[in-house]
Amino acid sequence: MTVSDDRGQAGSPTVTELPDAVTIETEEGRLLAERLADDTRHARRLLEVRNLSTHFFTRDGVVHAVDDVSFDLDYGETLGLVGESGCGKTVTALSITRLIASPPGQIVNGEIVFDGIDILKLSNEEMRLLRGRKIGFIFQDPMTSLNPTLPIGFQIAESARLHLGLSRKASDDRAADLLGKVGIPRAKERMGDYPHQFSGGMRQRVMIAIALACDPMLLLADEPTTALDVTIQAQILELIRSLSEEFRTAVILITHDLGIAAGMCNRINVMYAGRIVETGKVDDIFEQPKMPYAWGLLDSLPRLDEVKGARLRTIEGLPPDLINPGAECRFSPRCKYVHDRCRVEEPDLSPREGEGHLARCFGTEPGGWIK
Amino acid sequence: MANRTGALEQPAAARARAASLWGDAWRRLIRNRLAVVGGVIVVFLFFLLFFGPLVAPYPYQEQHLVELVENGNRPIGPFQGQFLFGTDDLGRDVLSRLLDGAQISMTVALVVQAVVLLIGLPIGAAAAWYGGRVDSFLMRFTDVMYAFPDLLFIILLSVTFRDTPIGGALDGVLMVFIAIGIVSWVGMARLVRGQLLSLKETEFVEAARAIGVSDFRIITRHLLPNALGPMIVAVTLGIPGAILAEATLAYLGIGAQPPRASWGKMVADGQQYLRGDPHLVIFPAIIIALALLSFTFLGDGLRDALDPKLKGKQ
Repeated sequence: MTVSDDRGQAGSPTVTELPDAVTIETEEGRLLAERLADDTRHARRLLEVRNLSTHFFTRDGVVHAVDDVSFDLDYGETLGLVGESGCGKTVTALSITRLIASPPGQIVNGEIVFDGIDILKLSNEEMRLLRGRKIGFIFQDPMTSLNPTLPIGFQIAESARLHLGLSRKASDDRAADLLGKVGIPRAKERMGDYPHQFSGGMRQRVMIAIALACDPMLLLADEPTTALDVTIQAQILELIRSLSEEFRTAVILITHDLGIAAGMCNRINVMYAGRIVETGKVDDIFEQPKMPYAWGLLDSLPRLDEVKGARLRTIEGLPPDLINPGAECRFSPRCKYVHDRCRVEEPDLSPREGEGHLARCFGTEPGGWIK
Repeated sequence: MANRTGALEQPAAARARAASLWGDAWRRLIRNRLAVVGGVIVVFLFFLLFFGPLVAPYPYQEQHLVELVENGNRPIGPFQGQFLFGTDDLGRDVLSRLLDGAQISMTVALVVQAVVLLIGLPIGAAAAWYGGRVDSFLMRFTDVMYAFPDLLFIILLSVTFRDTPIGGALDGVLMVFIAIGIVSWVGMARLVRGQLLSLKETEFVEAARAIGVSDFRIITRHLLPNALGPMIVAVTLGIPGAILAEATLAYLGIGAQPPRASWGKMVADGQQYLRGDPHLVIFPAIIIALALLSFTFLGDGLRDALDPKLKGKQ
C-alpha cells in the first residue's frame, strides 16, 4: 500500500490498512475491503435500511424495540429520527453500527445496506473496519463517553491510528488539527489534557472530533445536545452542521426536540413504538403533518406567540408496551381521532402530498375522516 | 505515581503540566505523612534487595569462631565490639544475615505479586469481559482455589517440585514464592472481575467500540487503566501477606535452606536462645514488623490517593 503525504491533514484520507490485521472471512467483507482501498467507488445510496427488526429477549418477554423499519439515506443528507423516549430511535442507530448489546438484543430481521455492503452479513471482526472508519457515532452524554484515564489527544488519535494506519506522530497531528476544527482553542497544547479538565460542551466537541477522525461517510448523532445547556446546544449543532457540510458527511440526528430537527435536517422520520409512523421532507412534516402523533409532538412545543403562563400541551397517555404489540394502530389508545378500524388493523405507510411523504394513518388517507 | 503518567502516553509537551489524574493522586499521596514514611522505608528495603550483600559488614555465612570461643561459645550480644547486632550461636553476624534476608523477603514481595497478577488479572478480565458461561466457569474455579488449604498446597507444591530445575532455583526459595503466588491470586481475580464488570457498562467503552477498537485493546487500553488504582492498592497490601507467609513457611522449615538466612527462619532458629540471647529473635522480628507496617501504610496511602471519590477533599 502506498502512503500519501497529506495524512496529517484532516482532509480526505485515501489509504487504508486493516486495523489490528483483521482477517476477512466473508464475501461481503471482501467487498468492504475493496471499498476501503478504493475510495472512489460508491453505491447508489449511502444507506438502505429494509424491514429492520431489533428485538430484546428479556425475562418478561420479547421487546419489539424496532419493528419493521425501512428508510433510505443519500450521501451528504441529514435525516432526523424523532419521537418520544423509548420509541426505538437509539436502537435503530445502534443497529446500524451493530452495537446492540447481545444478549439480550438481537437484529432478528431485515437488511442494512451501507454503501452497497450488507453489513448484517459481515463478521464481527469485519464490522470493526466500518465503525469509526466510515460510520462515526456521537453519544448522548459527553461526561461519561470519554475515558477518564486517557488524554483526549490519544482518544482522538486512536481512531485514525487504528483505521488509517497512521504513525504516532501523524495521528497526533491529525488529532490536533481536528481539535482545532471543532473549536477548542490552543488545540495543540490541550492534546495531553484529560477529560476532567474540559467542560461539558468542550467534551462534546471532543466527541465530535473523535467521530470525524477518519472522515466517515455517515455520522450518527444520538441526542448530542441533551446533556448540554441551551446556548451550548446551539453551538454544538452549528458545529455538526458546518463540519458535516465541510466533510460531506451524511448525518442521522436522533432527537426528541423537533426544533432541532427542523433546523438541522433535510428529511425526518417520526418514530413511535418501534415503527416509523411518518416520513418526509422537513417542510412537509412541519407544514402538513399527516399523523395525529406528529401533530401531538408539534403541538407540545412551547411557542413564542403563546399567552404567558399557559400550560404546555402534552400527548395524553403513555407509549404502549412493546412486548407483543397487537395488530392495532399502535397510537390508537392515545389518538383523539381514533375509529373502530384503527383498533383492529394497523395502517401501512402510504403516500401523502409531497415527495417521499409517507404516513401511517387511516384517518388521513384519501377518503379518510380527518380533515 | 508520576512515572505512571508517562505510561499513559502523553505528548511530551503536556507532561510537564502534569495536571493528570495520576498527578493529583501523587500530590495527595505525598501529603499523607504515614504513607511517605512507609514509602521511604519500602524504597530502602528494595535498595537492600539489590545492594544488601554489598553493604553488609561480613558475608552472611561466615562464622566468626575465634570471637565465639572467646565469648564462651555463646552468641555474642548486640552493641558490643565489632558486631552491631551481635552474632548467632554459630558465630555469624546477625546484621549481615538480616541484610541477606532482605533479599529473600523483597524477592517474595515481587515474585508473589507478579504471579498473582499473571494469574489473577487474565482470569478476572476474561470472566468479566466474556460473562455468561466463561464467567461462571472461571469464578467457580476461583472458588475452588479459594477453598483449598493454603499451607498444605504450598507444602505439596514445594515438595513435588523439589528435584526439578525450578525447585532448585534461588536456593529452593523460588518455588516457595511461586507456590505462595498460586494460592494468593484469587483475591486479585475477584477484584479485577468486579472492577471490569462495572467499567464494561460505561459509555466510554461503547464509544471505543463505536470507533472499531478490538476487544483486547478495549480491555488493555480502556478498562485496565481505570482499574489500576484498586489493583495497585491490592498489590501493595498483598506484599505484607506474602512476606508473612514466607516467614511462616521458613519457621516451619520450608523454603530458604541453610546457610541462607530469611527473616522468618532467623526468628525460628533464634527461638531456642530466647531466654539468654533475645537479640537473635528481636532484630529479625523488628524488621519483619517494620516491613509489614511500611507496606501497609503505603498501601493505605495509595488507596486514599487513588480514590476518585476523595478528589478535592484532601
